[in-house]
Amino acid sequence: MSPFTQMRRVGLAVLLLLCALPGAAQELMMVRSPHSFPEAMLTLQSAIGDHGYTLSRVQRVDIGLTGSGFTTDKYRVVFFGKIDEIRMLTSRYPQLIPYLPLHMTIFAEEEETIVVMEDPARMANLVPDPEVAYLFRRWHNDVLSILEQVSQE
Amino acid sequence: MAIRTLLLGVLLLAATSLCAAPDGAQLYGQHCAVCHGSQGRGGVGVPIALPAFLATVDDEFLFKTIRTGRPGRVMPAFTDLSDAQVSALVKHLRSWAPSQQVISHSDRRVKGNVSRGKELYGKHCAGCHGAKGEGGHGTGVTFSRPRELPVMPPALNNKGFLTAASDSMIKQTLMKGREGTPMMSYLAMGLKERDINDIVAYVRSFETAPLLWRPPEDEAPVLEMASPYSVEETVENLKRAIVGKNFVVIRIQTLDNGFVPEAKEDHHQVIVYFCNFNFINQALSLDPRIGLFMPCRITVVEQDGVVKVMSINPKYQSRLFNNEELDVPCEEMTDVYKGIIEEATI
Repeated sequence: MSPFTQMRRVGLAVLLLLCALPGAAQELMMVRSPHSFPEAMLTLQSAIGDHGYTLSRVQRVDIGLTGSGFTTDKYRVVFFGKIDEIRMLTSRYPQLIPYLPLHMTIFAEEEETIVVMEDPARMANLVPDPEVAYLFRRWHNDVLSILEQVSQE
Repeated sequence: MAIRTLLLGVLLLAATSLCAAPDGAQLYGQHCAVCHGSQGRGGVGVPIALPAFLATVDDEFLFKTIRTGRPGRVMPAFTDLSDAQVSALVKHLRSWAPSQQVISHSDRRVKGNVSRGKELYGKHCAGCHGAKGEGGHGTGVTFSRPRELPVMPPALNNKGFLTAASDSMIKQTLMKGREGTPMMSYLAMGLKERDINDIVAYVRSFETAPLLWRPPEDEAPVLEMASPYSVEETVENLKRAIVGKNFVVIRIQTLDNGFVPEAKEDHHQVIVYFCNFNFINQALSLDPRIGLFMPCRITVVEQDGVVKVMSINPKYQSRLFNNEELDVPCEEMTDVYKGIIEEATI
């Protein structure tokens, strides 16, 4: 690994730690994107991919609502994850299955967009196993970084 | 050596940023903008940048509001921020009305007749703020779903509000009203200062028996039942039970669908997605963040020859939102899930 890459990783880790500290008590992770829904959605999808996760599906809640005669703006649920991690966790801890794959809600608010996700670190409440605690922590940090990417100008 | 120098540099930078004076705008962007909007115009949270609002509240009210939040009314308590950070946030909020003179309310109690105030409150305030001071419905301004009111009338019988608001502030709000919101000047409505004092005294009396929100406790995170049937049979039973509860099955897929090629999907883990759009619409109008539970889903899993049916427990999840109004639909959803799972596995 080049010194530059190493420095970038350490820098990112410090940055994530700094970002994580104030919001650590909040169990919902939320950001506002200054961009309109289509642009924010594209950024979210690409940020998920950039962090090594697979986007498995997008549920178009707004389509169902408008189809049923209700008025709504763009509203989607994005499912994602890493299949090896999901398989490992669900085989050892089936109680996590209802909470997987990971998912985020993304919805338009006028010309801006909001993204909300339950903190994956909260899954440690379901599985108090130190062996997998690192994984929930990493998911938490990855989600922080993904949301940071989405909230950029 | 070079790497160590670089690492030291990064750590020094981090230390400098921790010691530097907090940047209110940055903190606002990090903690508040997502709900209150980048320019304080509101969203999931109420609009803060209203000149009439900033003109009638003092810094102490803003400081305490950030610190204590509004239990059960969406606004969380930011207990992790330092005093310097909260003060920086308050200063940032003030930057939206730079020409306004910042007032400072006295902490002296307003004297009034509580029983007369109760009567006047019922006549003039309860329509918006609720008979027991529980506040209006829904979140703040949700632009995606137009509302009749530009703001959600705040809950006055709320520990956070009663801690943050002085009698003097409440009185001034009643006397002047809040331009840009439905809150009118009570003087303009024909009430006298004595009437207003009585209302303030009644609102303050909420402290003696406050409405307390307690998120559901001792709830299991997961609802789970064993099924005596095969995965396929259980899925069929679920479909029937879901329709029986007036929901629509929208999709059935394996847990790993979308991650692996179709031929390699694991059919021992099947998710049944379903919804009721009327229910979704009602829940979203209370709080747009509730979409985290959507669509409804129940998973059928076969492990070591045992078939289990499981789902999240919305009642357990409701505490995430600090929104008392979601407790009822979340409880209803838990009952729906339990009913469907029981019927499918009986």
